Amino acid sequence: MKVAEKITRQDSHCEAPNLRANHDKGVELLKYLILGVLFGIVFVKAEVISWFRIQEMFRLQSFHMYGVIGSAVITGIISIQVIKRFGIKTIHGEAINIPKKEFRKGQVIGGFIFGLGWALTGACPGPLFAQIGSGYTVILVTLFSALAGTWVYGRFADKFPN
Amino acid sequence: MEWITQPWPWYVAGPLIGLTVPALLILGNKTFGISSSLRHVCAACVPAGIPFFTYNWKKEIWNLLFVVGILIGGVIATNFLANPNEIIIAESTKADLTALGVTDYGNLLPSDIFSWENLFTAKGLLFFVIGGFLVGFGTRYAGGCTSGHAIMGISSLQWQSVVATMFFMIGGFLMTHVMLEPLMKWVGF
Repeated sequence: MKVAEKITRQDSHCEAPNLRANHDKGVELLKYLILGVLFGIVFVKAEVISWFRIQEMFRLQSFHMYGVIGSAVITGIISIQVIKRFGIKTIHGEAINIPKKEFRKGQVIGGFIFGLGWALTGACPGPLFAQIGSGYTVILVTLFSALAGTWVYGRFADKFPN
Repeated sequence: MEWITQPWPWYVAGPLIGLTVPALLILGNKTFGISSSLRHVCAACVPAGIPFFTYNWKKEIWNLLFVVGILIGGVIATNFLANPNEIIIAESTKADLTALGVTDYGNLLPSDIFSWENLFTAKGLLFFVIGGFLVGFGTRYAGGCTSGHAIMGISSLQWQSVVATMFFMIGGFLMTHVMLEPLMKWVGF
C-alpha cells in the first residue's frame, strides 16, 4: 500500500496536474472545451487521426507526422522559453508552474507497450476521441479497452517495476 | 476558402498543436496531457478503493472537457470541413499494406479493419481490444502519451520525456516491421 501511495503521489507530479490555486468552475471551464474543439479540428484536418499516416510514419515513408510532431515540439519549446524569459503569468495573474518529471522505469517499459498499441490502433489517446467524433464509432470499443488498460495498470501499479 | 477543406500541411498543423502548450498554461496553469483523461474517467467511475484512482478527479474536469472538445472537433471537421477527395497515401505504404491484405484506401481509416462487422472477430480482438488495452496500459505506465511526453515534456526540456518518446517509437517500429505481418495473418488477412 505504501508503495502504491508513493507511486500515486509521483504520478500526480508527472501527469497533467491542475496547478491553479483557484479551480475553474462552471462557465470558466468552457474555455477548455473550446480549446479541445479547435485541437480536434486540427487533428482531423491534418489527418493525424489516420491509421495510414501512422503506418507511413513507422515505415519512414512520409515526413508528414515527423513534421507535425517536430514543429509542435519546436513551437512548444519557444513558447515555454518566452513564458519563462518574460515571466508571463496566467490570465488570472498566477505564476506559471511547469512540473518536473521524475525518471521511472515506466517511461521505458510503458512507453514501449504504448508504442506497440499506437502502431496497431493508429491512434494515441487524443486521436481516439477525434476518430469517434469523425464517425468511426467502432473506436468506442478501442477507447473502452484503453480505459480498461488504464484501470488494470492502476490496480496493479505497485506490482510493476518502477 | 478552399484551403480549409484541403488536408492541412504539417507546417500549419504542427505549430497549432504546439500552441496548445502555452494556451493551456496561460488560460489556467494546465499542463498539456491527454491520456490523463482516461485515468480521471477510471477515478470517477470505477475507483474501487485503488490508491491510484483515489484523488480529487473533480479538480481535473477541465481535462475531460478538453477531450470531449476533441470529439466535437472531430464531428465539426468531418461534417463541415471535410476533404472531398480521397486521402493521399504514400505509394510505398500502400504497396506494403496491400501485401498485408488491406484493400480500402478511401478514408482516414481502412474499413477492412475498423468496422463494426469486425468487432466479434479475431481482427476486432487484435485492433480494438488488444490495441486499445496496450494504449491505455502503456500510456499510464509511462506517465503520459504523445501529448504529455513527446510534446509537453520535450517542450519543457525534460530528458525523461525524450526517453519515453524514444520507447514509443521503438515499440511502434517493432510492431509495424516485425509483429504486424504475422499478427495480421493470424487474424485472417
